[in-house]
Amino acid sequence: MAEKTNNYYVPEQSPWPFITAAALFFVAFGAANFIQQNSGSGIAANEGTWGGYVLALGLIGVVVMMFAWFRDTIKESLAHKNSQQMDRSYRMGMVWFIFSEVMFFAAFFGALFYVRILAVPWLGGAGAEEMTHELLWPNFQAMWPLTTTPDGTTTQAMPPWGLPFINTIILVTSSITLTIAHHALVAGQRNKLLINLFLTLVLGFIFLGLQVEEYIHAYQEMGLTLDAGIYGSTFFMLTGFHGMHVTIGAIMLTVMFLRSLKGHLTPDNHFAFEAAAWYWHFVDVVWLFLFVSVYWL
Amino acid sequence: MGEHHGPMKGVKRWILATNHKDIGAMYLWFSFIMFLTGGFLAMIIRAELMYPGLQLVDPNFFNQMTTTHGLIMVFGAVMPAFVGLANYMVPLMIGAPDMALPRLNNWSFWILPFAFSLLIIAIIQSFLGIADAPNFGWTFYAPLSTKYGPASTDFFIFSVHLMGISSIMGAVNVIVTIFNLRAPGMTLMKMPLFVWTWLITAFLLIAVMPVLAGAVTMMLTDRHFGTSFFDAAGGGDPVLFQHIFWFFGHPEVYIMILPAFGIVSAIIPTFARKPLFGYASMVYATASIAFLSFVVWAHHMFTVGLPLAGNLFYMYMTMLIAVPTGVKVFNWVATMWRGSISFEVPMMFAIAFVILFTIGGFSGLMLAITPVDQQYHDTYFVVAHFHYVLVSGAVFSIIAGVYYWLPKWTGRMYNVGLAKLHFWSSLIFVNLLFFPMHFVGLAGMPRRYSDYSLQFADFNWWISIGGFGFGLSQLILLWILIDICFRKKGEAVSDQVWDGADGLEWTLPSPAPYHSFSTPPVVK
Repeated sequence: MAEKTNNYYVPEQSPWPFITAAALFFVAFGAANFIQQNSGSGIAANEGTWGGYVLALGLIGVVVMMFAWFRDTIKESLAHKNSQQMDRSYRMGMVWFIFSEVMFFAAFFGALFYVRILAVPWLGGAGAEEMTHELLWPNFQAMWPLTTTPDGTTTQAMPPWGLPFINTIILVTSSITLTIAHHALVAGQRNKLLINLFLTLVLGFIFLGLQVEEYIHAYQEMGLTLDAGIYGSTFFMLTGFHGMHVTIGAIMLTVMFLRSLKGHLTPDNHFAFEAAAWYWHFVDVVWLFLFVSVYWL
Repeated sequence: MGEHHGPMKGVKRWILATNHKDIGAMYLWFSFIMFLTGGFLAMIIRAELMYPGLQLVDPNFFNQMTTTHGLIMVFGAVMPAFVGLANYMVPLMIGAPDMALPRLNNWSFWILPFAFSLLIIAIIQSFLGIADAPNFGWTFYAPLSTKYGPASTDFFIFSVHLMGISSIMGAVNVIVTIFNLRAPGMTLMKMPLFVWTWLITAFLLIAVMPVLAGAVTMMLTDRHFGTSFFDAAGGGDPVLFQHIFWFFGHPEVYIMILPAFGIVSAIIPTFARKPLFGYASMVYATASIAFLSFVVWAHHMFTVGLPLAGNLFYMYMTMLIAVPTGVKVFNWVATMWRGSISFEVPMMFAIAFVILFTIGGFSGLMLAITPVDQQYHDTYFVVAHFHYVLVSGAVFSIIAGVYYWLPKWTGRMYNVGLAKLHFWSSLIFVNLLFFPMHFVGLAGMPRRYSDYSLQFADFNWWISIGGFGFGLSQLILLWILIDICFRKKGEAVSDQVWDGADGLEWTLPSPAPYHSFSTPPVVK
């Protein structure tokens, strides 16, 4: 039913958005039940055991729908149905989506700076909060990283110059190889594109492997856990969401690699590659902020 | 299907909808259903508060009513209504065939009913006495919502995540449509103000909805995964929640009023038969309000014990917002000045908007003053303030917009007599409902309580009468909409509809064709 009007292209109707929305409902409903059924916190304990299945069903639904939806879009793109105007819409859409992701991370960075600069010093009696300190936890010492919390939980700080620094170098290098791949794509140099895209992927997966290694080390040897006070909370939430975004970016680049092998991407029609590349650079920049404000300073 | 150019048949038309008018209509009906639902919850609140003492519901259930009333009205009624109007009108106003990303548009809409079903299930359970719905106020402050929140809190958290996805994708679509699909010659400074205000609103949505998602994510991990974001014992701070929430929350209130400014700026020139006074200043005022909205959030927190310098900064920044808002009000008045005004139904609602929104603006200015706010905080004065800007402000503008564009959407004129009845009963009852709240608030009646001191009894009786009257008045609107949309009543209208109307949407037939503009019109 795609209709080509004189100047405007209107895409066909598609069942995937509605089904994706329904799958998201299963994800949300399943996740809430799953968490309540497995939570050790005692808050809102729930007797059932089925939440995980609903969640899994929803997640499978989302993945299947993404394949189907993207497959349709790729077919349309290969059939040259997309006008330049449509291409521009996609590009703008991706840019604003990345902006929304930036703001998501901003919330967690904001929380980090707030506790470092205000909340923890206040608990230690800074500013006009001497009485807060005396009345609540008179023995508490304000410091950052917060290795001893007001209620006495202790942990260790993650040193920046080991794995985190290596990871910084890996991720920055991967952005460089990706840029080389992008230039090769525009210049029509297929082998150079494939080699550099592959290198980017390898670097991305090494980064993820080292992050897992770091988490295992933190949990097993350093006592640095998600429930070890606000330092652990900000550390794992920021690096965890970053790692999740690296994973998404790596999946996107894997798809781009496979599509490059199939010859889908041409010097003048490769929006998907650019979108994935922008996303990758975005997670790289987030990492630089993370390295400075979570690990280093 | 071949050369088929119209909509698909039956339910598929709506489930697979990629057409901006179909999706806009679904958004508008969804929001109207939510509006009636949220209104029903408000009736329970007013029934309990009609007399002092506890008579109908227990306090915990009352808290669930105030909470879910607020959540449904903000996220279910006002926001989707504006998104619906944007979907319907922005492509018509800029000369586009549709929204830029039609399938994304379908996705944005269909997430909403699923998201709200998570909340509605909780409310139904609460009515049946099975489990508690969220009961911590629509602002869901920690630790009420973390340590002490009922089981439904987790469903609420995921519901907010889904609403966030919906809003962000909807906003991305609006921005891309405006930047990329304008007809030749439609320069930015020729765009109708509704388009401008929505462009800026969409920017605000993309900037702050992810922050809300971050806030509820921290709530979830504090509840179940042992993090300490809002727990001082682990080095966090419950006040941090309020900072994050209001960093979202304050731009959010402008998300709910900027499109209203756009609607009113479309209606007043039409019925004053004069171009909008000070178009450019309107654009700059909108942008200024949006910018300032990011640096005023802590004026919701004057009593939490911020440092003095913080309180002063947020007080001055907040008062600064009165300047661009004043520019707008004066521009509307100047547009009407010496115009040949006629009082059709949209114009009546628009003029009521200007006056009543300004009252809400003035009470906002009073609340902005830190030392004064420390008296007003969490009293009915605050309730009066935000209901004046949200009900007689945002909701009146939505109703004005519906009455203004309904003939264009359906090709027929609605029952004007009933619409005027709807206007007058809404106007009288909305003031009876919210104006006395100023008095009881100034006298010290706290909000969110299911009972009050005897001296507030008389005013509260009148407030409840106003509430029931306003709620029932909206059934007139329901009847008008059923009459014109489903019973197909009403006389056919011309393309122009209103003799003073100006803009691309009025150059199309009424109702507008399925693919609004199939070739771009040229704007001179």
